[in-house]
Amino acid sequence: MKTKLFAAPYIVWMAIFILVPLGACAYYAFTDPNTGSFTFANIKAIETYLPTFIDSLWLAAIAAAICLVLAYPVAYTIAQARPSRQRVLMLLVMLPMCMSFLLRTLALVAIMEDTGIINQLLSKIGLGPVTLMRTPAAVVFGMVYNYLPYMIMPLYSVMVKINPSVIEAAQDLGCSSVKVLTRVMLPLSLPGIVSGITMVFVPAVSTFYISKKLGGTGTAMIGDIIESQFKSTYNLNVGAAMSLVLMILIFICMGIMNKFTDSDDVSLY
Amino acid sequence: MLALKKASTVITVIIFVILYAPMLLLIAASFNSGKDLSVFEGFTLYQYAELMRDENLLRLLANSLIIAVISSVVATVLGTMAAVGINRMGKRARSAVLTVTNIPMTNPDIVTGISLCLLFTFVGQMLKMDSVLGFGTLLIAHITFNLPYVILSVLPKFRQLNPNINEAALDLGCTPAQSFFKVILPEIMPGIFSGMMMAFTMSLDDFVISYFVYGPAYRTLPVEIYSYTKKPMPPKIYALFTVIFMAVLVVMIVMNVVQARDDKRREKVK
Repeated sequence: MKTKLFAAPYIVWMAIFILVPLGACAYYAFTDPNTGSFTFANIKAIETYLPTFIDSLWLAAIAAAICLVLAYPVAYTIAQARPSRQRVLMLLVMLPMCMSFLLRTLALVAIMEDTGIINQLLSKIGLGPVTLMRTPAAVVFGMVYNYLPYMIMPLYSVMVKINPSVIEAAQDLGCSSVKVLTRVMLPLSLPGIVSGITMVFVPAVSTFYISKKLGGTGTAMIGDIIESQFKSTYNLNVGAAMSLVLMILIFICMGIMNKFTDSDDVSLY
Repeated sequence: MLALKKASTVITVIIFVILYAPMLLLIAASFNSGKDLSVFEGFTLYQYAELMRDENLLRLLANSLIIAVISSVVATVLGTMAAVGINRMGKRARSAVLTVTNIPMTNPDIVTGISLCLLFTFVGQMLKMDSVLGFGTLLIAHITFNLPYVILSVLPKFRQLNPNINEAALDLGCTPAQSFFKVILPEIMPGIFSGMMMAFTMSLDDFVISYFVYGPAYRTLPVEIYSYTKKPMPPKIYALFTVIFMAVLVVMIVMNVVQARDDKRREKVK
């Protein structure tokens, strides 16, 4: 019996529902909506949205950088804890990942609104309501809040594997704690950093809910525009062209990121 | 080094507080009898009663659960079979299959959703149907993005497997099928279980992909929540949040216990 054949249904399924749809996306991106003939017009139409593309990449990059800075000490602390405590802490990190990001963003809105909890408290002490939402900073905060666990997970999984005697050796040989961090810890945790950045950057750059709820009129992202092409203006072809460009951009970004690590296997943990 | 350690512990505590504060606030709000979010006036279960009375929300929750159960079970069966096959493949075939498996994991959800939507639209046009979008398309999409989670959690279990036990079972007179069900399957069970749980929660939680492939006849809970633009939010949503939070917490604790037991057993064997 050929056990290899057990994979056949899966391969057929993925070919039909992963590869063919990507082909369909490319097909729509290069066809004219009315005549059905080959055209570059959809790709050209993206030009008007160029500032949005740049904004989205920029905001997502900032969010990923902030996540990295915040997640690094967290992952380090968890990796240093006793094994039983590590389990509990990782459960606490993973729990928000399983909670609907819609509801968590709504929770942020309830807190940051003009009439939200923070502003109610502020006006009680007389500091008056402050505008916390509808700014690019609010969108970045929303991204960091939502995607921080995706940075902590891969960082943690490389850090638990770092042999503690390597760090002790560095200290014994006269490294200061800053040098231990920059010369030993950072290079050893590089694979985690790279996969953490991709796991935050990819969903952040393509988000359309966070920017809609926390951002204002000026902070539309690529995701918002793609969504509106599909759901309100019904220009599937331009939407497909934009998704294709977004996908290519992300592959380029990931290719650059992966240059920094030797390992070529992309895995979830 | 000690100073760095202390600083990172403090940062960790602050980050956990910020991460959980909004969620705990919503949970507290769900029990609040007052209307004002910032003042806790008294304990009440009124919002939960309201939630139970809201037939629309309950039906959508049921819709979400049906999709999550069916898609995670189908993905687990297909994915486990695939993992058995992939495990036996040569290096080249294996890496080709794993590359395709990684596509939905690395692609943004919006691209996966849109390409599936375009495929369904295309097929719909071919078949001259008004709308193909509905339960079927939603289920197909969910199975598709669940499959990689199952495969990536089952495959590592095969690597941990002692290659001799299959041969031992065959030598002792098992048929290949018996060997699989009695020897291999129990060994890889923790991976299958955690893959299925992950697929289930991912499916229950998914909004972005569902949003592009759902039809008006069959909506799921996240799609409905997305359309809540009314301000302020109806407080029964807080109650709904709390219920989901508790359910996820229970699922995660169960998963953790199963994994801890598996680890312990493995250590004992060593």
